[in-house]
Order: sequence, then structure tokens, then C-alpha cells
Amino acid sequence: MNQIATSPARTGHVLHRFANPGRFLRLAARVQPYLTVAALVLLVVGIGWGMFFAPADRIQHDAMRIIYIHVPAAWLASSGYLALAVCSVLSLVWRHPLADLAAAEISPVGAAVTAVALATGSIWGRPMWGAWWVWDARLTSVLVLFFLYLGHVALVRAFDDPERGQRAGAILALVGVVNLPIIKFSVDWWNTLHQPASITLSGSPTMDSRMLWPLLFSALGFSLGFGALVMARLRAAVMERRIRGLLLAQAREGNA
Amino acid sequence: MKLTLALLRRDLLLALRHGSDTLAVLLFFLLAAALFPLAIGPEPQTLGRLAPGILWVCALLSALLPLERLFAADFEDGTLDQLMLSGLPPSLVALTKAAGHWVVTGLPLLLAAGPVALMLRMPEEGIPVLLAGLLPGTMILSLLGTTGAAMIIGARRGGVLLPLLVLPLAAPVLIFGVSAVDATTGGQTAQPHLLLLAALLAIALPFCPLAAGAALRAAVE
Repeated sequence: MNQIATSPARTGHVLHRFANPGRFLRLAARVQPYLTVAALVLLVVGIGWGMFFAPADRIQHDAMRIIYIHVPAAWLASSGYLALAVCSVLSLVWRHPLADLAAAEISPVGAAVTAVALATGSIWGRPMWGAWWVWDARLTSVLVLFFLYLGHVALVRAFDDPERGQRAGAILALVGVVNLPIIKFSVDWWNTLHQPASITLSGSPTMDSRMLWPLLFSALGFSLGFGALVMARLRAAVMERRIRGLLLAQAREGNA
Repeated sequence: MKLTLALLRRDLLLALRHGSDTLAVLLFFLLAAALFPLAIGPEPQTLGRLAPGILWVCALLSALLPLERLFAADFEDGTLDQLMLSGLPPSLVALTKAAGHWVVTGLPLLLAAGPVALMLRMPEEGIPVLLAGLLPGTMILSLLGTTGAAMIIGARRGGVLLPLLVLPLAAPVLIFGVSAVDATTGGQTAQPHLLLLAALLAIALPFCPLAAGAALRAAVE
């Protein structure tokens, strides 16, 4: 690992261009307002469209409108974990200083969207399945994902030395990646009450386009919102680290 | 190899000299399992139906007990630094620690599980399958537990944190272990569930020591 650090490979070089916290802060300050506004607009459009203008489902009627919140949140819960895992690889392999902080800031937001996905799913399940909760493979694996997020949140903040917490958190995040394919394929591998995917990368969606469009808007809005939240938290974390550094330096000067 | 064996012998010797720790795990297992008949009533039908789940959950929780101290003592007195300098790869240190943990907790649990299953009125044809499932199951728990224990070295509230890290990852072990017994008592074959447990062990065996080794290296840096 040390050899890589002393002679950065080409990929490492590109990565480290954006590792400079000062450069990140300047860039993020410019991007942040656009990202936030775009996320809010897309969310309002997507959810408003879905709630009031999209047609109701033939069987589930208006209850199915919760899909415009449930599905984007559930997608984000998994892809957020993927982002967490990527940050963990960056921090473990290349010791990327921003990836460390980003991982620590992604997990609380990820836990929040996972909680939203679980809660909306539960509310949806009550009228459709007749139960707030069933222990099928999809629900259980997402619950495990929720606990993994919470474990990461707790682990990263459990050490007096922040760097030590980030290292341990990165390892936990990578171990937890095994859960992602289980979530994805749980509806295919097991006979679950949860329906299988309606929208796949290959093949046409089994969903009417009048429902698909607001869903896509909402999903994009959720994703940008996730990005905006993480970026805001990350900026705060970078500034916090700077302040801590300044205070430490001041304290040292005061002692000397 | 000699170093590995020496490390294993040292761990086992320490466990033997502090025999009360091993005994505490066993006692916890027995007590926790004995609470269930008191809580849900001694009716054999209900108890027998729940017995595999009770046994597995109790085994899972008792395997967690000694984990907090698995590396803590070595970390505090500097032995861990010495181990990292000994030339052994960190993952091998972790694997040895996991093996030690299994011998002191997994093996006694395996021995105690049979009698406790009888006390919980589990159908007798399920007991061999329960033990066959617990054998790879406890090994996976030791591996996962070692990984979790390596992550929390030096953490402020490690003991509280550890279950939060290990239990979600241990969920599949529990699921397949219990469904193996349920399949047998329901008149079906337990083989697919046992094979899945073996597959989990095959995955955990190389990857958990790797992760734990990385965590160990991070701990002494």
C-alpha cells in the first residue's frame, strides 16, 4: 500500500487532483446552489405530477401513488451504499482524504433514505398485503442494509482519532457490500411477496409511460437531493476539520 | 507456520488459564436458552417448534460475548504491535485468532447444544441436523466476529458497537441454520440449507481474515 502512495499511478494522480480540500470547497460552493435548486424543482415536479396528474393504478387505485417516493428512496438506498463502498475503496487504496470524509457523510444520509424506503414500503404494504411488515427476503435484506448503514455511522464516530474510525468504517462498508446483490436479486431468488423489478436496464419497462415519467423525475430529484445533502455535509466536514486544525495549532502556540 | 501454531497455542493456553471466561459463555448459553421455556410456557408442541430458532439465537449471542476482549487485551499491553511485527501476515493473525475463538466458544456451544435441544423438546430427528448446521455456523460466526472485533479495537464503546456490526452480517447464517432443522422436522431434506451454510463458510474463510487483517493493520498504525 505504501508503494502506491509514494509513486502514484495515473489513476491516483487524476483522483488526487480533486483531493485538495481547498479546490473542493471552491468548486462545491459554486455547484451547491444549482444542485439544491435542481433537486427541489425535480422533486416538486416528479412528486406533484405523480400525486395529482398521473393516472391511478387499475388494481391498487390511489394507494400506488406512494411509488413515487418509495421506489426512488429504495433505489437510492442501494446506490448510496454503492457510493459508500466506492469511497471506502478510494480511501483504503489511495488514501484519498476527501473520500474518507465523504464516506462518513454518506452513511447518515443513506440511513435516512433507507428508513424512508422502509417506512413508505410499510405504509404501502398495509393496504396491499394486509400487514405493516412481512419477513420476506427483500424486506429483510433492506433491513440489514439499514443496520449496516447505522453500524457504519456508529463505527466511524466511535474513535477518538477520526482517521482510525474512517479506516475501520471503510472496511465495514466493503464487507457489507455482499448485501447489495442479495437485495437486488432477492425478488428473483426467493418467492417473495415483494414484486420483482418493473424497470430494468435491458428490456422495456412493464409500466405505463404516464407513470414512468413522474417516477423518473422523482428518482432524479431524489438522487440530486442525496448529492446536495452529502455535498453540504461534506463542506461542513471539511470546514470543521480546518477549524479543528486551527484550534490545535493555536493551542500549541499558546503552550509554547 | 510455526509462528501461527505458537500464537494459537498461546491463545488457547490463555483461555485455559482463564477458564472462567469459557465457562461464562457456556453458562450464558444455558441460561438464555432456559429462559425461553419460562417465558413462552413449557408446552412441548410450541417449545419444540421454536427450539431450533432459540438455540441458534442463543448460540449467536453467546458467541458475541468474548469478542469484545478478543483483541482488547493484546492491544492494551502492546502484544498486538509485536504480532504485527512478527512477520506473520495480519490476515493470518486474524485467522488464528478466529480459530482460537472457535475452539473456546464454538466447540463448547456445539457440545452443549445437543442436551439443551433435548431439554427444549426439539424433535429428536432434528438434532443431528442442528449440530451439522452449527458446525459450519459457529465457524462463520467466529470469522465474522473476529472481523468485527478487529474493527472496534480502540473504540470508545466497542462492546455496544460490536453486535450492531456483527449481527446483521450473521443473519444469513441464522436463516439457513434454522431452515435446515425445520426442513428435516417437516419431512424434507436439509441438504440444500446445509450446503448453503458450507458455501457461506467457503466465502467467509478467505474474506473475513482479509478484512480483519486490514482492520488490525489500521489499528496499530
